[in-house]
Amino acid sequence: MENLITRYRNVTILVVVLFAQVLGLAIQVKRTSENESTRLIRVWTNDAISPLEKGTVLLHMSVRDLWNNYVNLRGVRQENKQLREQIQQLRIEQARLNEDATQAHRLQSLLGFKEQYISRTVAAQVIGTSGSEQSRSVYIDKGSRDGLKQDMAVITGDGVVGKVLRVFSGTSQVLLIDDQTSGVGAILEKSRLQGVLRGTANGDVVLEKVMSDEPVQPGDRVLTSGGDQIFPKGLPVGTVTRVSPGAELFYKIDVKPSADLGRLEEVLVVTEVEDRAPSVADSGPPMRAADILAARLPTVPDKPATDPAKPGTNAPTAAATPSTSPAPSHVAGTTSAPGAPTPSLSTTHAAGTTSAPGPQNSAGNNPAYPTAQLKSSGNPNPPKPVKPAGTQTDLSTTSSVPKPPKTATSQPETAMPSPEEAQPTPAQEQGPPQ
Amino acid sequence: VPITYTSNEQIEVYRFSLPAAIIIPLLALAIQAFVPRWLPFFNIVDLPFLVVVFFALARRSQVAGLLTGSAIGLLQDSLTNYPLGLYGISNTVVGYGASSLGVKLDVENAGSRFLVTLFFYVVHEFIYFLIARGLVRLDLHWSWWHELGSALANALVAVALFAFLDRFKQRA
Repeated sequence: MENLITRYRNVTILVVVLFAQVLGLAIQVKRTSENESTRLIRVWTNDAISPLEKGTVLLHMSVRDLWNNYVNLRGVRQENKQLREQIQQLRIEQARLNEDATQAHRLQSLLGFKEQYISRTVAAQVIGTSGSEQSRSVYIDKGSRDGLKQDMAVITGDGVVGKVLRVFSGTSQVLLIDDQTSGVGAILEKSRLQGVLRGTANGDVVLEKVMSDEPVQPGDRVLTSGGDQIFPKGLPVGTVTRVSPGAELFYKIDVKPSADLGRLEEVLVVTEVEDRAPSVADSGPPMRAADILAARLPTVPDKPATDPAKPGTNAPTAAATPSTSPAPSHVAGTTSAPGAPTPSLSTTHAAGTTSAPGPQNSAGNNPAYPTAQLKSSGNPNPPKPVKPAGTQTDLSTTSSVPKPPKTATSQPETAMPSPEEAQPTPAQEQGPPQ
Repeated sequence: VPITYTSNEQIEVYRFSLPAAIIIPLLALAIQAFVPRWLPFFNIVDLPFLVVVFFALARRSQVAGLLTGSAIGLLQDSLTNYPLGLYGISNTVVGYGASSLGVKLDVENAGSRFLVTLFFYVVHEFIYFLIARGLVRLDLHWSWWHELGSALANALVAVALFAFLDRFKQRA
């Protein structure tokens, strides 16, 4: 026997080593929870390799920054101009969205809904991959020292990337959504059908377990549903590319991820998600019945405060008149707190309401719009304009908005409506200017 | 292609310094993990596998070959999100097989290295596929075209890589 083992020594060692590995593999597969028995070797490998990766990434970033910031500045002026124009467009869009959000918050607070807010994120740099075709995961340069924990959501500006799978002291492993062991609770934006987003063996992403109750079209957006308790609800995941009938009553939907998972550089790790109900205070003060009544009754107009010595001062004065109404501030897209002075009221309204097909109340008015009218008519003698420091900034910002539609351009600079204008004419009562 | 059967007297056995034996596999792992971030198609090249084949062919010791394959394979596994052992087992078999072949064949020239790498890459992928499907229950699909293409790419890289790594060989 001894002679036999000596003769086949190499084969015996091979069999023993293979058997040990197969046994170890079987034990790992059997355990469902995170396997601490293999953690040590993973930590060693990570500690050996990540400094090299971090150093290379740092070097690359330095060279790139040097090139971008000091050497290659061609076209920056043109790009700057384009970005400014884009900012103006986004301001208008933001005003519209703020109005919709305010309305939604108001309704949600009435219904007692709770929303999830991403309250804290940690920016991280992708430093490496798993180096395997089958395993779709990446390593980032932030770890437990930076407050990262297992199962935290990882996102980019484009959409969901994955979740933190393993955390080391200075690095973390992120499981991408296109790995076949990942799963994300997802919902189709249009039909609100829910399903589970999974990766496949060849790196595609499919949405499974979607009931074929309603039609799903290629191009429909897929969002996180929040049902997995990892990803906050409403984050973009991808777009439907193909719909085919799956098993039983389910669709099989191919999804193209929003984030470019093959070329990730910087990501955000969601370290804190807050559950809170949107407060009514966020969406402006409640209107009293007396205010509503006052708005509908005719009022005595004030004399226009014109100063012959300073012609043309009326309009800017009115424009700069601080209002205590917080409602228009969000419409204008500014971040001023409720109660903060909000200059150039009607201009911002015009920008917001003309582009906003927002919900209207029973009178046909946009709910945010009459608030401003009520405030100005309810207080026919507004306080003397005392320009706060920020007012001028806001004014200049507002004046730089590109020409709004007709209603706004008809009264340039005369932001605050005069009492006559504040009177709700029958036409105004039908709704805001379209 | 000059793959020739050689007598044991003609076979030269090489060894490597300790720093080279440690740094080369680690560097291969680091490059394998790092480069696909910039070049996603680099994933088809398996540098740790190539290092296993190179060490096994140069040392011509079956035990050293299988132990080197096992160690590098387990390190490679530890970078993935799957259980340890998938690359470990396949690289162990490759290390043993390559060192066994190295004893019998002259594998010092580019042609034989190309063919040996081509053959063992397919063996490596097949073992990986079997374990992943059978033990870990991963949903993998076998595609001959993909595997042969990858094997060809790895064999080409191997010819250049082995020529570079020859500099670290020391005659035993």
